[in-house]
Amino acid sequence: MMLTMTGVHAHYGHIHALRGIDVEVQVGEIVTLIGANGAGKSTLMMSLFGNPRASAGQIVFDGEDITRLPTHEIALRGISLVPEGRRVFPRMTVIENLQMGANFSAPDNFEADAARVFAMFPILDERQSQRAGTLSGGEQQMLAIGRALMSRPKLLLLDEPSLGLAPIYIRRIFQIVRELNRDHGMTILLVEQNANQALKVAHRGYVLQHGGITIAGSGEELLASPEVRAAYLEGGHA
Amino acid sequence: MAYALQQLINGLTLGAMYGLIAIGYTMVYGIIGMINFAHGDIFMVSAFIAVTCFTLLAAADVSSIPLALMFVLVVTIFFTSAYGWAVERVAYRPLRGATRLAPLISAIGMSIFLQNTVQLTQGARVKPIPPVIEGGIEVWNTADFAVQIGWSQLLIIVTTVVLMVAFNWMISHTAFGRQQRSCEQDRTMAALLGVNVDRTISLTFMLGAALAAVAGVMVTVYYGVVDFFIGFLAGIKAFTAAVLGGIGSLPGAMLGGLLIGLIESFWAAYLWAEYKDVATFGILCLVLMLRPSGLLGRPEVEKV
Repeated sequence: MMLTMTGVHAHYGHIHALRGIDVEVQVGEIVTLIGANGAGKSTLMMSLFGNPRASAGQIVFDGEDITRLPTHEIALRGISLVPEGRRVFPRMTVIENLQMGANFSAPDNFEADAARVFAMFPILDERQSQRAGTLSGGEQQMLAIGRALMSRPKLLLLDEPSLGLAPIYIRRIFQIVRELNRDHGMTILLVEQNANQALKVAHRGYVLQHGGITIAGSGEELLASPEVRAAYLEGGHA
Repeated sequence: MAYALQQLINGLTLGAMYGLIAIGYTMVYGIIGMINFAHGDIFMVSAFIAVTCFTLLAAADVSSIPLALMFVLVVTIFFTSAYGWAVERVAYRPLRGATRLAPLISAIGMSIFLQNTVQLTQGARVKPIPPVIEGGIEVWNTADFAVQIGWSQLLIIVTTVVLMVAFNWMISHTAFGRQQRSCEQDRTMAALLGVNVDRTISLTFMLGAALAAVAGVMVTVYYGVVDFFIGFLAGIKAFTAAVLGGIGSLPGAMLGGLLIGLIESFWAAYLWAEYKDVATFGILCLVLMLRPSGLLGRPEVEKV
């Protein structure tokens, strides 16, 4: 098992954002979390890093209890996040952003890992010495994904990678998710508003509502489920 | 003309010291968004450490000046960095996540605390040391005025230039520099990438203090006297330098320090020497009114 969350509760200020979350991700899986705005999807991802800290429950990553570890220690265990809103370092160049992703991996790997990212996103290669703040939204998203891959993570978390992007970029990003999993055996936890696309690439999925898991199942099951169809697929989010 | 050249040399010397202190203000502002008002007093403490070292060396009868200077520099940097670390740990870290005003007030408290501690333990009177470096070179001799650059001035300017180049290089090219900048730009994201943010902030305070310590040794060598109150004025002037250059900008702090030093020298030489501090504060007011982001700073609003 790559990741197990058991009965996790978390608070954001006065909001009880997560109410007893049970989520499992197995090695080599793509798991997706779908749910409306404010259901707690991003909070769930951030709570893996202790930000906000789980107030109850347990998080086990790769056989180790990480519930109480400091944020940076958790990252060093091999979890990489592509956060909501991308959060590239705007006043650093593209290559510096990639170096930030590789801060704590072996320096000898840098050339090869950067080459892999550039092969995946050739536009980043062209913009190596450009400041990340001057890139378009789609390019920043690619950079954020590339940065996350530089540490050779065991588990990749993607938070709304398609948000606000042009359709051409959205297709490319889902394609990358599929390739990373199929060709590199990458384990991926994907949060998406774009439920239709997400369920199609995912092996399994969870539906999150008001901070709790309401439905769990395989991608196909959720796609076929009448509740999911009514709430997330035909309700205008598709 | 010769007189102006002399003022230029004096101004550069002064500006070098302000610049070194200003870097501490600007780096701390960059990383945690607060003005560390105790930074001037860290500088003052470093000057006292330097005086203590020089006194000890004189008692031990050490005669080699380069050796003595190296020793004083290393010891002063070491202890002053420890002060910088401790100030952050005690006065600011517990307030992380509090309102922006809280650490500011804590900083002023820390400043008063350091001044009073030094006043109580070292006495309120000025502490002199025997001149360490004397003499200089006469660069230009006209009929009525001889332009001289002192060895201590030369040493101060050269050391500062070397330090600033090295420091800039470290921030822009090393892994630590990148981590430091990443914490400035997005602390949460830096932590998510494995950067120990608390440690980076501690190191930033220590580096700022280390540069202030170099300035502290310089002041001791250059003026030969220190007292417990020198941190206040030097601190405010270096702060003005950081604001003039653009707070948060490293090259800005260096440029600002240089400009403040030059303005002060020329103002004192050609206008009213007794109003030289007014010049600095006038500049602070003007910059805040006309160009709050400073000469090299970036505007507050940022498109992300």
